[in-house]
Amino acid sequence: MEIRWYIGLAVALFSIGVMGVLTRRNAIIVFMCIELMLNAVNLLLVAFSKMHALSPVGLTNPSVVSNAQIFVFFIMVVAAAEVAVGLAIIVMMYRNTHVVDINFLNRLKN
Amino acid sequence: MDNVLQMVWLIPFLPLIGFLINGLGRNSLSKRMSGIIGSGVILFSFLLSLYVFFNVKGGNSHLAHYFNLIDINSFTIGFDFQIDALSSLFLLIITGVGFLIHVYSTAYMHEEDGKDYAKYFAYLNLFVFSMLLLVMGGNYVILFIGWEGVGLCSYLLIGYWFKNVNYTNAAKKAFVMNRIGDLGFLLAVFWLLSKLGTTNFADVFANLSKLSATDITGITLLLFVGATGKSAQIPLFTWLPDAMAGPTPVSALIHAATMVTAGIYMIARSNVLYNLAPLTQQIIMWVGLATALLAATIALKQNDIKKVLAYSTVSQLGFMFLALGTGNYIAAVFHVMTHAFFKALLFLGSGSVIHGMHHEQDINNMGGLKSKMKITYITFFIGCLAIAGIPPLSGFFSKDSILIGAFEHNKVVYAIALFTACLTAFYMFRLLFITFNGKFRGTEKQWNHLHESPSAMTIPLIILAVLSAIAGFVNIPALFGGSESLTHFLSPVIQQTHQTTLSHTTEYMLMGGAVVLILAVILWAYIKFKNYEPKEETSAFGKTLENKWYVDELYNSILVKPLQAIAAFFNTIVEKKGIDGVVNGVGKAVNYGSRQIRLLQSGQIGNYVLLMVLGILVLFIIQLFF
Repeated sequence: MEIRWYIGLAVALFSIGVMGVLTRRNAIIVFMCIELMLNAVNLLLVAFSKMHALSPVGLTNPSVVSNAQIFVFFIMVVAAAEVAVGLAIIVMMYRNTHVVDINFLNRLKN
Repeated sequence: MDNVLQMVWLIPFLPLIGFLINGLGRNSLSKRMSGIIGSGVILFSFLLSLYVFFNVKGGNSHLAHYFNLIDINSFTIGFDFQIDALSSLFLLIITGVGFLIHVYSTAYMHEEDGKDYAKYFAYLNLFVFSMLLLVMGGNYVILFIGWEGVGLCSYLLIGYWFKNVNYTNAAKKAFVMNRIGDLGFLLAVFWLLSKLGTTNFADVFANLSKLSATDITGITLLLFVGATGKSAQIPLFTWLPDAMAGPTPVSALIHAATMVTAGIYMIARSNVLYNLAPLTQQIIMWVGLATALLAATIALKQNDIKKVLAYSTVSQLGFMFLALGTGNYIAAVFHVMTHAFFKALLFLGSGSVIHGMHHEQDINNMGGLKSKMKITYITFFIGCLAIAGIPPLSGFFSKDSILIGAFEHNKVVYAIALFTACLTAFYMFRLLFITFNGKFRGTEKQWNHLHESPSAMTIPLIILAVLSAIAGFVNIPALFGGSESLTHFLSPVIQQTHQTTLSHTTEYMLMGGAVVLILAVILWAYIKFKNYEPKEETSAFGKTLENKWYVDELYNSILVKPLQAIAAFFNTIVEKKGIDGVVNGVGKAVNYGSRQIRLLQSGQIGNYVLLMVLGILVLFIIQLFF
C-alpha cells in the first residue's frame, strides 16, 4: 500500500482528535480525542519506519527504522501513564463537583 | 624663630577648639560659660599673635610646613602657614578686633536662649578660625579653604535668626554671590597649578618668568573676580547691605572689619603678580572707584542705621581697591587696618543704639539720643571723624595716602575719589546728626526705655574709639616728619610700585584742600540735619538713590527672573512633561498592555487549545512556505 493512505488516515485521525478537543466539553471525550491524536502520530511513525525499512536510507542506516518503532513504544507508555493520571483526575473532579464539563472548571480565574 | 614655629598653629587652633566646645556643648553650657570660652580663646590667640608680631617685626618671615594636604605625582600642596609682616598684621587685626567684638556680643546677645547663645559663639569662633586660616595660609589652596570657611560662617551668621524668611534669603544671597566670585578664584588656582605646578606663594612669585603675559592677566583677573565677590565690589556688591540681617556684632566683625577685607589681603599678598598685570590694575582701579562712588551715593539716602554703614563699608572697600589698582598696596593694607577699627566702632555703636532702642533700626524714629547715650555718642562721633578723614584721626592718614596715590596716577581718578570722600563725610555726619541730635521721634515708651548699654558693650567701644583715633600714627608720612613704620614693616612682603614723587608743597595743598572740603561738608550736614524732620523723598534722583540705583531690581530682571523662567521651563516642561512623561509613560503602557493581554487568560480551556492549534498551524505555514 502506498504511504499516502497511511498519511491520509493519520491526518484524518489527528484532525478528528483536534476537532474533538476544540468542540467537546465532556472531559472524558476530550481525553479520548487526545489519545486519538497520539495514536495518529504513532501510526505515522510506524508507517514511515516501514517505508524506510526497504529504502536505501534504512538499509545503510537501520537504526532509523528501529528508532521510530522504539519511539512509538515510548509514546504508548507515556499515553498509558497519562491515561492513568488523567482518568484519576477526572474521577476526583467528578467526586468533588459532580460534573466533568471542562468549561465549568474555570475557577482558577481571578 | 623656632619658638614661633612651635606655636603658630595654636593661633587658629584655639578658636577651633572654642567652636567645638561651644558647638558640641551648646545644650549644657551656661550662657556665662559659652561667653567666656568664646571670648577667651580669641584672647589667647590675640596674645599669641602679639608674640608672633614682635617676632617678625625685625623683618623675619617664616613658612611653617605641617603636613601634605595633597601629595600626588605631579605636585604637592602642603598645609603651610606663612608667617610674615603682612599675615601677622592681619592676625592682630582679626584677633584683636575679634576679641573686642566677642566681648561686646556677650552683652548684645544676652536675650538669646542659652542654646542659641552658644551656637552664636560657636559660629563666631569658627569664623575667626577660618579667617586666620585665610591669612596664615602659605599657599593659595589653604587661603581658599579659609576663604570658603569665612563664606560659610558669614552665611550661617547672616541667617542666625533663621526663622525670619527675609534673613535666610539674605544669607542665601550672600552665599550665592560669594560662590560666583569663588569660582573665579578657583579657576585662577587651577590655572596656576597647571602652568607652574605649585600654589605656594614663594614658589609662584619666584617663577613668574615662566608665565606669559596672557597667563598673568588671566590669573590676576580671575583672582580679582574672587575678590569682588568676597569684598563686595561691583558687580557683586549687593549682598553686603542685605547681610545686615545678621546680628550687629557679626556685621561689625565679618562685614566690616575682617572678612570683606579678604579680597584686599589676597591681592596685597599677590602684589608681585599684580605688578606684572597693568591691565588688571587698571580694571581694579576703576572698579574700586566706581564702587566707592556708587555705594557712597546710595548711603546718602538710606534710613536704616546699619544700611548706611553697610554702604559705607562697600564704599571704603572701593577705596582700598582703588589703592590696590594704583599699586599703592601699603595704603590699602593701612586703610584695611584703620577701617577695621573705625568701622567696627561704628557698627558696634549702631548696635548699642539698636540695643538701647529695642531693635529699632530706622533713624527716622531716633534723634536726640546723645543725652541718654553719652558714651555711645562720643565714640560714634570719633568714629565718624575718623572715617571722614579729619586729622589727626586714623582715617585721615590712610585715606590721604590713597588719595595721594590716586593723584599721581590720574587726576580724574583723584577728583572722583575726593568727591567720594566728601560724600563719605556727608552721609556719616547725616547719620550722626539724625540719630543723636535734634529731638526724639520715636514713641514715648521707647524714650523711657532708652538707656546706655552695659559696660561689656561700652568698653569695647571706648577701646576701638581710642584705636580709631591713634591708629594712624603707625604710618605717619615723611611729610610730617614721621618714620612710616608700617611701610617699613611691610616692605619685605610688598613690592610697592607706587612711590611718592610729589613735592611737599603739593602734598600739603592736596591734604589741606581735602580737609577743608570735608570740614565744609560736615558743617553743611550739621546745618541740614541738626533738626531733622523725616519727610517723603520727592525728587526723582533722591528716589533713585533711596532705592539703591535699582541695582537689585536690575539684577532681578536681567538675571534672577530669566533664570527662574528657565528653571520654571525645566520644571514644568522638561521635568514634568519630558522626563516624568517618559517614566510614567513606560509604566502606563505596561499597565495598559497587561490589562489587555490579561483578557487572553479567560480560564476557558477551549480557548487555550484553540490558540494552541492556531499557533501550530501558523508554525506549519511558516515552515512550509517561508
